[in-house]
Amino acid sequence: MAELTYREAVAAGIAQEMERDERVVFLGEDVGAAGGVFKSTVGLLERFGPVRVRDTPISEQAIIGAAMGAAMTGLRPIAEIMFSDFFAVCWDMIANEIAKARYMSAGQMSLPLVIRTANGAGSRFGAQHSQSVENWAMAVPGLKVVAPSTPADVKGLLAAAVRDPDPVIFFEHKGLYATKGEVPDGELVDCLGTAKVLRQGSDVTLVALAAMVPRALQAASRLQNEHGISATVVDLRSLVPLDTRTLLAETGKTGRLYTVEENPRLCGWGAEIASIVAEEGFYDLDGPVVRITTPHVPLPAADALEDNAVPTVERIVRTVVRTAG
Amino acid sequence: MPTETGNDIDRSTRLALYRSQLEIRLLEKRAYDLFLQNLVKGTSHLSLGQEAVAAGFAVAMRKDDYTYCTYRGHAHTLARGAPMVGVLGELMGRSIGLMRGKGGSMHLTSVEHGAMGSYAIVGANLPVAAGAAWSAQLRGTGQVAVCFFGDGATNIGAFHEALNLAAVWKLPAIFVCENNLYMEYTPIRSVTAVEHPAADRARAYGLDPVIVDGNDADAVYRVARASIARARQGGGPSLIEAKTYRHSGHSRADPGKYRPAGELEEWMKRDPLALYRKRLLDLDFGEAPLKDIEKAAQHAVDEATEAAKASPPAPLEEIERDVWDDGGSSWRN
Repeated sequence: MAELTYREAVAAGIAQEMERDERVVFLGEDVGAAGGVFKSTVGLLERFGPVRVRDTPISEQAIIGAAMGAAMTGLRPIAEIMFSDFFAVCWDMIANEIAKARYMSAGQMSLPLVIRTANGAGSRFGAQHSQSVENWAMAVPGLKVVAPSTPADVKGLLAAAVRDPDPVIFFEHKGLYATKGEVPDGELVDCLGTAKVLRQGSDVTLVALAAMVPRALQAASRLQNEHGISATVVDLRSLVPLDTRTLLAETGKTGRLYTVEENPRLCGWGAEIASIVAEEGFYDLDGPVVRITTPHVPLPAADALEDNAVPTVERIVRTVVRTAG
Repeated sequence: MPTETGNDIDRSTRLALYRSQLEIRLLEKRAYDLFLQNLVKGTSHLSLGQEAVAAGFAVAMRKDDYTYCTYRGHAHTLARGAPMVGVLGELMGRSIGLMRGKGGSMHLTSVEHGAMGSYAIVGANLPVAAGAAWSAQLRGTGQVAVCFFGDGATNIGAFHEALNLAAVWKLPAIFVCENNLYMEYTPIRSVTAVEHPAADRARAYGLDPVIVDGNDADAVYRVARASIARARQGGGPSLIEAKTYRHSGHSRADPGKYRPAGELEEWMKRDPLALYRKRLLDLDFGEAPLKDIEKAAQHAVDEATEAAKASPPAPLEEIERDVWDDGGSSWRN
């Protein structure tokens, strides 16, 4: 067992898959010689060479289009979009082309590719480099959507994404890159579409994703220690496929569900979760489903503004105490 | 430089060029007839008048090369060898269609024939073709990707991103602009900063400007042969502008009233089919082989039409099939 940072786990996951399968290639802006603007791909160019690790121009449509063309002709590309906000300039490629090619061709082609991107707030970058856009991807049929919260999950889920025969959008959280965690030695391959129960409680269930997972865990400790409220914490890890079985089971055990979402309020993933629980777990509920989200605003840049826009540990605790009865 | 009637193109190739153009012509006419009978729904963008571009390239390509086309893609898909019944069946939403009714006119795809999809967002197919060319380069297969697009696509960002990437990476890709003078309903010259929308941009990517008479199948074939050979040998991409003209409107909904009086008539004098037939007669092919091709092509289109009509509609089970590689569409456990 080695301790890796979240960013080191990205490089470790890519390296593991490039070592295993020569069809795996990697492209993006500043990913090779520079090792990535978040230093999450350091060493890959040196290890695998410039044929398989490609620095590209600032051309997001070309990057994603190239990955698509390569995937339908026998390669298994990993493409990086530096900030998830930039999805907006290549959304045609992702939402109209990649997501629909298999369906429109009646299964004549598969697109085994991964699009990695740095998602989320906390870096004071302002509204165009800080968004959480996993709900954009979740809304498009044909895309799998993954967002890990720990270094071990980064490596294992990235490997699973590369091996998956379908397009996977892999959201790394830029606020987590410096965090550390134990990562098992040797080959690590996780399973897409599986949530993890990180803490078992009896009063409320908190469901979170990516950077909201450590906050939910901290909130659960405080709820226990300061208010005597026992909380279950579920890390969803994957929005598509969605582990509704774990979600419904863990909600049923406590009777109260809270979603902790970084995305802005409207149509955040928690709305879909709330809808599923309302339809299928209604009689297990002892109170309303409560969504804890960023308000429906673009993200501000200044320290206190950004920090208080996104759900904080304090806001999670306060909300649960106020509503759990 | 080979002359119009030069002997650098052999007899069987010329017959193949004639056959391909004719099959496209007859199939496109049939697609139009089926529209009028309300058997084809939605929209459709015909290549009537532009057949020589599709034929000239397809005949020059190797079986395992890749074609990327646009919503005006019946011609290119057919030229690569996709079955007529699959094309007509798809237009009619039948289960015999190439994509079992799930794509429709604007998305014809036949992977086994190298027709790697028809892309209905203008410009989108250029980066994807670059990716296929990159893959061929990496795998060392000698394959090339040929990407067709209209004049309107030269003003969209994806065109420039793909051309630059292909040039920088020296990809075996051939980008073919079918300049039919109109981006949808608007004359391309009125919305473009340069006279030749593709060729005048070539220098920006370190490429030679190439303009070809897109109504002359021999001329297209020669340019195709040269650019494909160059790409296969590692010489990098080409950008080719084929001057042509569509005989009908942009799509089913468009009667083409924006065209100045007499323009269509002038271009009809340069109809690629009539021009090529005369060429072959001038080259002493004689009427007999041409009539054989004409008869066989008409028969094939008639037969495909009947088979498509006889095929049942795409079954409702198709709605939830083929989103994922496992054949299904489930997003949850």
